[in-house]
Amino acid sequence: MSGARSLMLALENQGVKHIFGLPGGANLPMYDELYKSNIRHILVRHEQSAAHMADGFGRVSRKAGICFATSGPGATNILTGIATAQADSVPMIAITGQVPLNMIGRDAFQESDIIGMSNPVVKYAFQPRNASDIPLTVKKSFYIAETGRPGPVLIDIPKDVQQNVADMEFTTKFKIKGYNPWIMPDIIQIEKAINMLISSKKPMILAGGGVIISSAFSELQAIAELLTIPVVTTFKGKGAFPENHPLALGPIGMHGHAEANKLMTEVDCVLAVGTRFSDRSVGTFDDFEKRLKIIHMDIDPAEIGKNQTTSIAIVGNVQTSLRMMVQLIMQRKLNQITNCEWIRHVKEVKEYWRDNLKIHSGEMSAARILRKLRSVLPKNAIVTTEVGQHQMWASLFFDVIKPGTFFSSTGLGTMGWGFPAAIGAKVASPNIPVIDIAGDGSFNMTENSLATSVLENIPVIVFLINNFSLGMVAQWQRTFYNRRMIGIDLQNCPDYVKLAESYGAQGIRVESLDHLEKAIKTSLKSDIATVIDIPIDPEEDVLPFVAPGTSLKDMILPS
Amino acid sequence: MYSILSILVENKPGILFKVTHLFRSRNFNIESISVGVTTDHDFSRMTIVTIGNEKQIQQIVKQINKMIDTIDVKILNQNKSVYKETVLFKVLKNSKLNITKLNELLEPYNGKMYKGDISVIIELTETPDKIIAFEEQIKSYNILETARTGIVALENNEH
Repeated sequence: MSGARSLMLALENQGVKHIFGLPGGANLPMYDELYKSNIRHILVRHEQSAAHMADGFGRVSRKAGICFATSGPGATNILTGIATAQADSVPMIAITGQVPLNMIGRDAFQESDIIGMSNPVVKYAFQPRNASDIPLTVKKSFYIAETGRPGPVLIDIPKDVQQNVADMEFTTKFKIKGYNPWIMPDIIQIEKAINMLISSKKPMILAGGGVIISSAFSELQAIAELLTIPVVTTFKGKGAFPENHPLALGPIGMHGHAEANKLMTEVDCVLAVGTRFSDRSVGTFDDFEKRLKIIHMDIDPAEIGKNQTTSIAIVGNVQTSLRMMVQLIMQRKLNQITNCEWIRHVKEVKEYWRDNLKIHSGEMSAARILRKLRSVLPKNAIVTTEVGQHQMWASLFFDVIKPGTFFSSTGLGTMGWGFPAAIGAKVASPNIPVIDIAGDGSFNMTENSLATSVLENIPVIVFLINNFSLGMVAQWQRTFYNRRMIGIDLQNCPDYVKLAESYGAQGIRVESLDHLEKAIKTSLKSDIATVIDIPIDPEEDVLPFVAPGTSLKDMILPS
Repeated sequence: MYSILSILVENKPGILFKVTHLFRSRNFNIESISVGVTTDHDFSRMTIVTIGNEKQIQQIVKQINKMIDTIDVKILNQNKSVYKETVLFKVLKNSKLNITKLNELLEPYNGKMYKGDISVIIELTETPDKIIAFEEQIKSYNILETARTGIVALENNEH
């Protein structure tokens, strides 16, 4: 059997049903076997989108999404998508063609050293040199990508290795000596953490993306409710905890909720779950850790102490850790809330900001259109975002009710991620509405995925908040560069309604909230992709705003 | 502060690249590095000398440990360890060089000398501080080239 055939069988054995990709010279043997396989190929228009689709698929299904690209530029194009998945700990397997073994190192046509280039942005990379290595390589790749802290794995297969015929062994058992993702949390540390939480006067839970990756929603909620501790999230953790819950305060950080940032400056103890304390979440590191006792739960030991000094570290899968914590708390039969005063204060602050945060006065302000979207969208709808102002407005004004339904490129901040990721998410959950909250600048980067959405019949909604500019950059130029505006003007180009229609999708431009509501309802019923073009005031800023390099207490509020 | 890391890794193509790339991308320093295959040819041992405070060193160790090809990494206790480096100095044969005197200098270090027509190569295998001390003593000679292996080290009395 050929290497390419064994690849396809190995993927089928793993339960793969979809591959996002684009063929080229060096991966044609794989495509020839894909032709004979039952796996569905979803053709993209740029390899970066293939990786983002696999990424969206992986975040929703929590299984590795698969993307194919050819050698050389195909491989380098896919790299941004791999880096995005690595930054957000997403399981993915990228499979690239490579020039034949005897051509490697000779600067052959469409040769790139993708193993070398991808090294810092993959969890692991393989380059099988014998066809017979392929089945085991695939098994190992899934194991590495999906266990522990998930991440992307690259398999780079030289063309002759795809073509070579060998005896294949598909049932080989393996052990990876240097990789043990099954770390049991230390029960003594968890007991200590409970004591610390109970004895603190102003405790807070900080939920990160790890809660979503491990689906630890009910465990997190149980702890918040058992100990009556309010919950803030990181931006990646947005929706780890239902944002309509009385204890929910929403995301902290650069564009965190005012109440979350304010209260975060008052707390004395934080239970941080599955977060790496990114600069975008905590502002300046020093200020954060000087004040606080930090209990840090994470699956990745390297995250403990990387950005913050912690008082108590609990290493392990956060769902397991939280579950153990819930059991230990229940055994203690706590029956009184000891932090009543704090909870009362939290409630007051929350209500104050709910009533007093100034928003842009126009009818089509970001806050109003996103609240409208929330009111019309079903609670189980999956939301992705692009990167920029619209993303931060979504963080501020779009409440996630059902945990684990909100996804964004939070680590690498890849513009153009949201739309292809939405397509991948829709493939993983075909019966659930999927919507990409987009900005015009980001949408420009991967809008050709409309072709994939339409031709492959994967309908998603692009909720295009159109301010005719690279809005976040414009905001920084207005705020920090004395309005010296450069390189941000996109004007109304293209016409997004015509653009959508030219791909055979549906385009709707809306000018009022009523019209917007109708457009959302129409698009939810539609069986083709819809772009809802929502022009807004280009001068609207995202506020509150914690300027880079400052601390949460320096939050800039709307005036 | 100097730390000596002893890292056991899978003996695979590209492993040196991966480890050194990790140091580069995480902004850590490598003062010296030496790599060699172990008695079991499936593994290689790297000895890396690096500089950083305790928190930084802990982070380096964790990041190296996180690499899937890493079997083991430890910070060597310098009091319990044997750590040596080999250095070669090529010295010009001229009036400044007194061979008898050089032989006397080399004796306490168990150093060796290889004589050529116009130059002499001195070989020394010692701890880094002794190498520095020796280098100080031959400073007046005309040193043409120097080559160092970097430190190799193992900790004694381990379980």
